[in-house]
Amino acid sequence: MTSISERFKQLKDKNKCALIPFITAGDPDLQTTVKAIKILAHNGADMIELGVPYSDPLADGPVIQAAATRALKNGVCLNDVLEIVKNLQDEISIPIILFTYYNPIFYRGVENFLKTIADVGVKGLVVPDLPLEEAESFLEIAEKFGIEVTLLVAPTSPIDRIKHIAEKSQGFIYLVSVTGVTGMRSQVESRVEDLISKLKSVTEKPIGVGFGISEPNQAIQMKQWGADGVIVGSAFVKKLANNNREEGLKEVEKLCHNLREAINNEQRGIDIFTA
Amino acid sequence: MTVTPVKANSNFTQVPDNFGRFGKYGGKYVPETLMPALSELETAYGNYKNNPDFQQEFNQLLKDYVGRANPLYFAERLTQYYAKPDGTGAQIYLKREDLNHTGAHKINNALGQVLLAVRMGKKRIIAETGAGQHGVATATVCARFGLDCVIYMGVEDMERQKLNVFRMRLLGAKVQPVSAGTGTLKDATSEAIRDWVTNVETTHYILGSVAGPHPYPMMVRDFHGVIGKETRSQCLEKWGGLPDILLACVGGGSNAMGLFYEFVGDASVRLIGVEAEGSGIASGKHAATLTQGKPGVLHGAMSYLLQDTEGQVTEAHSISAGLDYPGVGPEHSYLKDEGRAEYYSVTDKDALAAFQLVCKLEGIIPALETAHAFAYLEKLCLDIKGSPHIVINCSGRGDKDVQTVAKYIEGIDLS
Repeated sequence: MTSISERFKQLKDKNKCALIPFITAGDPDLQTTVKAIKILAHNGADMIELGVPYSDPLADGPVIQAAATRALKNGVCLNDVLEIVKNLQDEISIPIILFTYYNPIFYRGVENFLKTIADVGVKGLVVPDLPLEEAESFLEIAEKFGIEVTLLVAPTSPIDRIKHIAEKSQGFIYLVSVTGVTGMRSQVESRVEDLISKLKSVTEKPIGVGFGISEPNQAIQMKQWGADGVIVGSAFVKKLANNNREEGLKEVEKLCHNLREAINNEQRGIDIFTA
Repeated sequence: MTVTPVKANSNFTQVPDNFGRFGKYGGKYVPETLMPALSELETAYGNYKNNPDFQQEFNQLLKDYVGRANPLYFAERLTQYYAKPDGTGAQIYLKREDLNHTGAHKINNALGQVLLAVRMGKKRIIAETGAGQHGVATATVCARFGLDCVIYMGVEDMERQKLNVFRMRLLGAKVQPVSAGTGTLKDATSEAIRDWVTNVETTHYILGSVAGPHPYPMMVRDFHGVIGKETRSQCLEKWGGLPDILLACVGGGSNAMGLFYEFVGDASVRLIGVEAEGSGIASGKHAATLTQGKPGVLHGAMSYLLQDTEGQVTEAHSISAGLDYPGVGPEHSYLKDEGRAEYYSVTDKDALAAFQLVCKLEGIIPALETAHAFAYLEKLCLDIKGSPHIVINCSGRGDKDVQTVAKYIEGIDLS
């Protein structure tokens, strides 16, 4: 697996925008998660954000909350998630980013956690409740283990803060497109365009936009506004929640494929994309 | 001078630091979206806390609207009940926060924060509530200042605190049921934070305990600091000295912190916090965070936390909705680790017994939360020597709990 930064560099050289699907590990079950990751990898995903289920996901909306609750009810634990990543090493070449809240990290011990995830091949980490101020020493330790920790920028972040976050963030900068939690929205706020250009004015690092992006047309919009990557979460998670596992996986395949095609072609308003 | 006064440890009064840390506890573990709002709040609080106009308005309302200063009451019959055969024993005093407008200490903080919110130009207020006391206090100040108010409350708590749900609605607040998780305070708090993340630009979140991200633990403590300040001068007036022991229940820990903070530098004053042990520690169904938990991060702060071996937050259990919380304020974690305060726990059963005892002996119906502090007298009064002055924070009145208590002690369903 390549690192997040390398992957973004490869894409930039080809003038491509990264597609980063998010799914919650262990929902509906671990086996389906493995299948879904392979499907995503074979249908144009450039990296995968894998959510570790947590009891109190403050930054998540109802869809991902429910997925985490189901996974925890199924007894899914961190080791199961890491086992998945480890077993996939030989089968997929795209990097896996772990998305986890801070408490499970802290409970294991920061160093121990980072070493463990690095050992199984995780390349990046997003910790939504670890803002810049709390992340400084964490970032240093992560670097030691070759884990790129991506920090988030929000629509409410003032420019000075954006600058600091951009400086420290590794792999890419995760731009939260809404003031709000994760989940599908019918429209992307127009101020995101502004935020992307603000970010571009202070950093050369790639920008991935997430939270609230679910449709090909929105992904195209992000690319046109200058995003280097789009993160789509709840839309995938919702499809996987299908009681018919195979059907859910087929829908995931279709959505991933459509998103990929859309970003590549940048053609808006074509019916198959929203179908 | 022949007597060297006990040297106060100034560390205890100089927390948190600029990063909101009480030792290793506290901090700001929140989504980035909230960070600017927390800075804004920190700045506003920093500007207004010593502003004479702000203080004047706050103090005037505490007096005329809340009804402060409330009394430090000598609980004569409770004192007799616990007297030892030789006539010594605890001299028990109650700091009557239950006599405040809305019936609990919570109004001190709600009022302070709403004054800040008005000055910050926020028109919409949200809050979480467990027992409903903080929800009622928040709904009350929102009515008083004409602000929109949404209260997040777990469905389980809405059931066991029906009276307070109705009160909040009467006061014009929208009570938003939260069914996630166990439908209790933890889930209500998470949902309030999610609302805040979404509406942060127009909304102020009146967090109701000394928990959450900085500056809340400090600010909420300071707004409740009036409890300790009044207590100090009332003790001086009544017996010309300091209290020997302060006793308060701890869920998130706001009433305890409000009483303790004034005295943390007075080394001779024992500070005792009492947590909810629910059905007993062995049952696993309890809310004894400080005595049974481990450090972790919940709702924006590092503090003791009830969690499993995966770092997942576990469910708390208590008969008292206000103590039914797996976290605790970071300053309590700090005071515990520093050995400055002691924390113990009592069961639902102990609390129910104390509830009835206080009703019968003093003619005071305490809140079930408060009953936990009273329940610890059983143990404390056996252990103490001499006749120390004990001040219990009588943090709230128990009208809201009569349904719950009726069900437990008489098997009567009053609803």
